[in-house]
Amino acid sequence: MELSGAEIVVQALIDEGVEYVFGYPGGAVLHIYDALFKQDKVKHILVRHEQGATHAADGYARATGKCGVCLVTSGPGATNAVTGIATAYMDSIPVVVLTGQVPTPVIGSDAFQEVDTVGITRPCVKHNFLVKDVNDLAEIIKKAFYLATSGRPGPVVVDIPKDVTDPNRRIPYHYPREVRMRSYNPAQKGHLGQIKKAVDAILEAKRPVIYTGGGVILGEGCAPLREMVKLTGFPITSTLMGLGAYPMTDAQFLGMLGMHGTYEANMAMHETDTLIAIGARFDDRVTGKIEHFCPHAKIIHIDVDPSSISKNVRVDIPIVGPVASVLQDIVRLIREQGREADRAALADWWKQIEQWRGMKCLAYDRASDKIKPQYAVETLYKVTNGELYLTSDVGQHQMFAAQFYPFDEPRRWINSGGLGTMGFGLPAAMGVQLAFPDAAVACISGEASILMCIQEMATCKQYDLPIKVVLLNNGYMGMVRQWQEFFYESRYSHSYVDALPDFVKLAESFGHVGVRVERPGDLEGAMREAFGMKDRLVFLDVIVDPTENVYPMIAAGKGHHEMHLSPERELA
Amino acid sequence: MRHILSVLLENEAGALSRVAGLFSARGYNIESLTVAPTDDPSLSRMTLVTTGSEEIIEQIKKQLNKLIDTVKLLDLSEGPHIEREMMLIKVRAVRDDREELKRLADIFRANIIDVTDTSYVVELTGASKKLDAFIKAVPEGLIVEVVRSGPTGIARGEKGLTL
Repeated sequence: MELSGAEIVVQALIDEGVEYVFGYPGGAVLHIYDALFKQDKVKHILVRHEQGATHAADGYARATGKCGVCLVTSGPGATNAVTGIATAYMDSIPVVVLTGQVPTPVIGSDAFQEVDTVGITRPCVKHNFLVKDVNDLAEIIKKAFYLATSGRPGPVVVDIPKDVTDPNRRIPYHYPREVRMRSYNPAQKGHLGQIKKAVDAILEAKRPVIYTGGGVILGEGCAPLREMVKLTGFPITSTLMGLGAYPMTDAQFLGMLGMHGTYEANMAMHETDTLIAIGARFDDRVTGKIEHFCPHAKIIHIDVDPSSISKNVRVDIPIVGPVASVLQDIVRLIREQGREADRAALADWWKQIEQWRGMKCLAYDRASDKIKPQYAVETLYKVTNGELYLTSDVGQHQMFAAQFYPFDEPRRWINSGGLGTMGFGLPAAMGVQLAFPDAAVACISGEASILMCIQEMATCKQYDLPIKVVLLNNGYMGMVRQWQEFFYESRYSHSYVDALPDFVKLAESFGHVGVRVERPGDLEGAMREAFGMKDRLVFLDVIVDPTENVYPMIAAGKGHHEMHLSPERELA
Repeated sequence: MRHILSVLLENEAGALSRVAGLFSARGYNIESLTVAPTDDPSLSRMTLVTTGSEEIIEQIKKQLNKLIDTVKLLDLSEGPHIEREMMLIKVRAVRDDREELKRLADIFRANIIDVTDTSYVVELTGASKKLDAFIKAVPEGLIVEVVRSGPTGIARGEKGLTL
């Protein structure tokens, strides 16, 4: 089969089994767009801004576990995509981004719409390629998918100069079924000696805590994790990225840990003697002040990326390997040895944890005549029976959702954890809804975040994506306002979003349904009605209490035992 | 502590900038860096001198290994090794200084490889400290220009850093 470079790009995507490409055309990718036009196997979703394309591909990848794909043009197309690429990079999400480039003879001449895409994206990709010869194209695309999805996943950029896709130059096409790279050999198994050491430490633990991160979901380790938690009877907490890997409604789950984690999770971290960290990276929002982090604990760390181990926190028993296989090994070894965890010590530990739980750290004022954001999330949970794909933007609403919507399955909670990208939620929801057309998909957002990618409302209309936008509208950049209240003596410098649009009319102008809810009593009915409209995007503008803060809170530079609790806790 | 790292890299465009970018992005020290293709033209060998605590050096090695273009990495400082750096130094050489500089070059087993009426270019190879010592030994005010390659190194013994 002889194909042009442009046809090779499209055929490679077909051979890779790609369903959707999120993209936006432009000069440097016109040959590729022409090749896309002539086929119907790969569906192209036309976004309204390249940032939306990367977030949509990212959301698709997070929800399905498959690789997301984007196609953007050179210059501004590529630079607009950078925020989305960095978002995927920070959360280790497999995305292949194809960028157009000016023709090879003019690279470096400051040609129209030229930027050094490989240079600009280098620090925020797992790897990137500049294709200089059409004969390398198919193999490089194969390598890009292999790199993006194996080991610790991440985004890979393939920069393709326009002349490489020349429709008049045809070459024999062969898409490699497999590709090997001598310089890239991700770990396939954990070291058995280390795993045995970990098992000994687990069985000797008196006050253990399992701390899981997004790596458990990315590494498909949820089933063996659940087995291990049940087998040991240990308490488990999770980072923002790991929510849903273990059922959040289960009694052994302590809630999220870290800056806005629960009292019981953070206190358990502070008092634990054996920390089992799985697919987590000891982020500063999780650890708080490093000097105060788990002061009494022996730390076991399982991760596929050796550079995550002992990066921020010194680890006692490192295990480099895929989370799923290591957890299976641990479960098998515990069973084989026929030994049990220290049940008596564990019973005492649980007694202590239940005492911390008794603090009811997430309590809020339920008698308020304003809609409390916590109440809005609880109502969302009730209305959707906990079976939602929920994407989020960044800020207070994100934290309230993490605290008050307990996910029992992985890949349901989709948010920008590492980079904290406002504007992520709506385009990510598009990727999720396309992957699961019949599922209930919602985007929880704030009035500040939503405006950062509001243009994607048009994409939602074009492809009839019945996403439910739940806007917790408090008129402020809530998290910024909260920090200003706590740490800047309530000087609300530029955090009040004056001159907001009328979101109901805005939604209607894009061809969607807009509904405003102002009273707590109206919320459940409005949500039920919204989720009842299965074929429409409904934009719920929920006016919430502008003064509400996210509690508990560990201030930056404090330890897990130094939480601020809600002043309204006693009202519960 | 000072560490000298040898890295086998894919001889690809951009491989060097990935290494340099890694050091600047993560705030690691980089004292010197030399790179050239090996006998296998698909591979480059880089020698990198860096300093930091043991934890930082450990991270540097892990991060370098994580680069997709990195084929192999060896911390030469962990075992017996040989380290060599080359220096070309241009000195002002007139009247009595000519003889003095010639003698100095002989003591250091350096070669004078360019001569004019008023200058020498001296070539000197050795451990970095030897080069430092030569610079110190040149009488004040005579140095016109110094160019150093940065250290390269190789482990002692029969084992090689190869594929």
